[in-house]
Amino acid sequence: MTGMIEIQHVSKGFRRGDNVVEALRDFNLTIEKREVIAIIGPSGCGKSTLLNMIAGLYMPSKGRVIYKGAAVTDVNTDVGYMTQKDNLLPWRNVRDNIAFPLELAGVDKAEREARAVAVIKQVGLDGFEARFPTELSGGMRKRACLARMMLYGAETALLDEPFAALDAQLKLVMHELLLRLAAENGQTVVFVTHDLMEAVTLADRVIVCTRRPAMIALEQKISLPRPRDVLNVRFTNEFKELYDALWERLRVEYQEERV
Amino acid sequence: MTVSNDQLEIAENEMSTGTGNLVMVLCQTALGIAILFVWQGVSGRLVDNFFISNPLDVGRRLLGWTLDGSIFLHLWATVYATMLGFIIGAVIGAALGIWLGISTFASRLLNPYLNALNALPKVALAPLFVLWFGLGIESKIALAASLVLFLVFLNTFAGVRQVDQDLIDGARLMRATRLQVVTKVIVPSALSWLFAGLRVSVPYALIGAVLGEMIASNRGLGYLVQFSGAQFDTAGVFAVLIVIALLAMALNFVVDIVQNRMEGWRIVSR
Ligand SMILES: Nc1ncnc2c1ncn2[C@@H]1O[C@H](COP(=O)(O)OP(=O)(O)OP(=O)(O)O)[C@@H](O)[C@H]1O
Ligand SMILES: [Mg+2]
Repeated sequence: MTGMIEIQHVSKGFRRGDNVVEALRDFNLTIEKREVIAIIGPSGCGKSTLLNMIAGLYMPSKGRVIYKGAAVTDVNTDVGYMTQKDNLLPWRNVRDNIAFPLELAGVDKAEREARAVAVIKQVGLDGFEARFPTELSGGMRKRACLARMMLYGAETALLDEPFAALDAQLKLVMHELLLRLAAENGQTVVFVTHDLMEAVTLADRVIVCTRRPAMIALEQKISLPRPRDVLNVRFTNEFKELYDALWERLRVEYQEERV
Repeated sequence: MTVSNDQLEIAENEMSTGTGNLVMVLCQTALGIAILFVWQGVSGRLVDNFFISNPLDVGRRLLGWTLDGSIFLHLWATVYATMLGFIIGAVIGAALGIWLGISTFASRLLNPYLNALNALPKVALAPLFVLWFGLGIESKIALAASLVLFLVFLNTFAGVRQVDQDLIDGARLMRATRLQVVTKVIVPSALSWLFAGLRVSVPYALIGAVLGEMIASNRGLGYLVQFSGAQFDTAGVFAVLIVIALLAMALNFVVDIVQNRMEGWRIVSR
């Protein structure tokens, strides 16, 4: 069976002069349609680079990324990508930023604004529709990016540390929102996180990467039932078992590396 | 709460600069009057009237030109050449800047030629413009436009080159067409640079127009200053200089107003 996204023997090096930084080495991963994948790994190991390659912004040095049966050779317009650094347009206010993908698609002004205002509410940015990105906090900018990606409703959502800047309560609200919308729209989701709790709560599969160059250190299926109650799932025994097992394997993994 | 805080701060600023402004304007007026008195006193006593004329003569000359309306003819000719030159130069410069900024191939191809043209003192083109466009106002417009064009071009080009690649990538991922990337990301992003270019080039438009009129013309402030000089009419020369200075200040004033508007729209300030 072939997956929706297949990362086949992908290596990626960044060259500067004679100096090559190897970000990924022989990375293999198959992602099924409607799967939710969490990627965890040490800082600087190559997680963002991986997402960039799925989005077609970087090309692999070796190997290839297959998306729905075709190799990704150019910008992959079937994915929505929430980058690690927010990329809101500084001269547009929150509402116009979030409505931007609809504007590009030629949706008329009244409709796109109405739809933008609706998602703005969902991410808790109401009252800030007319503010400019520089007037927002880091976490608010992240939420604006999230809202924009949700409104765009791409077939696959790539999210690079989407909730890193949020407080614990808001995180839960956003988790809930992400899972609900992804399920409603039948989206495939790949997200990067440093938070194991978040990874287990949201994902169908957790991929743990090694230090740079990133390879898959271990992979854990999370067979908690869906739809998940993001607030309470963490208190179930199944969750604890999975979490503890992963934590133990992570500990061993990093210990081995340190030796 | 934050809103009222902001308002308070703004109000305080306005008050402090408000009183400061009034005192400053009084000082400035006093200085101007003092200069006029010294000028009047020195003229004919310490320095020959032939070289520096005197405020009363200059005033009489200005009054005479105003009453017979001749100054307005010249003023209008210069303003007209400045504005048209500015608009033409700005449009061509901005278009060229955007095009070359986007097209790496074209900018590399044209790079040495543009450098050479840019280094060339544009005034040296004046005879060519006279040959091409005649002695009329068209050659002045061309000279003003040539000065403006390069300033606006260089700024716009730099602005387009500065555009954050992440923003372009983001738009492309959201299925922006090439044209949409240009109109919705590159141009708005380069706009603050474009406006900076427009702003600095306004005085150059005036310089181009006046220089063009000085070289060959029968109308305009440049012609008038040249003509007065040739007649050894020092008072006339000073009178025209004052008119040109006032015109330059008026242009700067207009630019300031426009820029404030733009800042209100958050285009210039990022
Ligand atoms: N455009 C680039 N040019 C050169 N080197 C790069 C580039 N992008 C990433 N790298 C290098 O590749 C390595 C992996 O970077 P990447 O951004 O993928 O890390 P990451 O896993 O996302 O880290 P973090 O968790 O801190 O975000 C780093 O060593 C980085 O220096
Ligand atoms: Mg990263």
